[in-house]
Amino acid sequence: MLHTSLYCRLSPSPSHLRSLVLSSRPFPSVSVRTSPTLSLRRTRVNRSIAMATTEDSRIERIASSIRVIPNWPKPGVMFQDITTLLLDPQAFKDSIDLFVERYKDKDITVVAGVEARGFIFGPPIALAMGAKFVPMRKPKKLPGEVISEEYSLEYGTDVMEMHVGAVQPGDRVLVIDDLIATGGTLCAAIRLIERVGAEVVESACVIELPELKGREKLGDRPLFVLIKAKGV
Amino acid sequence: MAAPIEEKDQTTQDPRKEGIASSIRVVPHVPKGGIMFQDITPLLLDPKVFKDTVDLFIERYTGKDISAVAGIEARGFIFGPPIALAIGAKFIPLRKPRKLPGEVISEAYVLEYGRDCLEMHVGAVQQGEHVLVVDDLIATGGTLCAAISLLERAGAKVVECACVIELPELKGRERLKDTPLYVLVESH
Repeated sequence: MLHTSLYCRLSPSPSHLRSLVLSSRPFPSVSVRTSPTLSLRRTRVNRSIAMATTEDSRIERIASSIRVIPNWPKPGVMFQDITTLLLDPQAFKDSIDLFVERYKDKDITVVAGVEARGFIFGPPIALAMGAKFVPMRKPKKLPGEVISEEYSLEYGTDVMEMHVGAVQPGDRVLVIDDLIATGGTLCAAIRLIERVGAEVVESACVIELPELKGREKLGDRPLFVLIKAKGV
Repeated sequence: MAAPIEEKDQTTQDPRKEGIASSIRVVPHVPKGGIMFQDITPLLLDPKVFKDTVDLFIERYTGKDISAVAGIEARGFIFGPPIALAIGAKFIPLRKPRKLPGEVISEAYVLEYGRDCLEMHVGAVQQGEHVLVVDDLIATGGTLCAAISLLERAGAKVVECACVIELPELKGRERLKDTPLYVLVESH
């Protein structure tokens, strides 16, 4: 059955399911220039990146491994390309370790990864924690019976699907994607998981674009990111 | 039904493969009539079986001088990165058209049910690098051949293709010609 939540207004999480909100520290801004560690043609861009902890050199390496592509997929957008992070084995390992360190003692039973870049970060986290991995997919990709959630894009709508039975009532779920922009995609994932009676303990991304206010769209649903970046 | 690949010596059959084979769900008539879809999502819902799957690949490829693992969108993105992380290799996503930003090279191909095109970033691999290609399944081998072609065009050497499942009747292994193929289970 298709549920439409075009404005993706998440209702306040039921109090009996509300997890302890994991506290976040204020993030100081630092300027980091992307370092040309790879022979990829790229534009060197000065940008301000807020770091989760200034002491954490792993965050610095991750941030500088991400390539920014100007005016893609359309003019005015600064695309945060994580493929260059994946080409740096140490930075990729560090990104997974940072998530696993945060969640390993939180009794997470499911890691839900949003197609397609959530499929890259989600499974290593799931494997490290002994959790199930559930792919959240575009329409008509999952072969079995699905539940669907429609969500709005800048122009038009899209649909996210999850297999019936993949997530059970009482599951404690971590939702993973590479990046949060407006929050529409993450909201759809959260709604699918809550519709089957499970709890989204937290949503986690490598990158947040704070100007697009995705965190506000998630409301009281916790969000953790490694890096905040300017999208324009 | 999926079954472990029979080893020549039955006593060396890895017991983990039984669990992997029985975790794969076959869904008839998806995406269309006559096709038996091999669904790996139940495998991913069993943490022990998922770990066993990845471990079997890691054990085979550790210490083999592989510097990159290329995974084919989208289910190759699930199995490829854990292998890459464990063996200290780069992960390279091979994607459908217009998903990768920046400069790409493209390869068109025919698959079991349709036509498609695969893309890779320029600069993802260097000349002479040894690469492992990973996908969940090999059917006719069209997608894997396109992946091998992209990597070879960029000057890399594909040392092996690795899949969880092979459909032997579709003869993908022959289509790969000189590139070795390693799979955990086969399905008929």
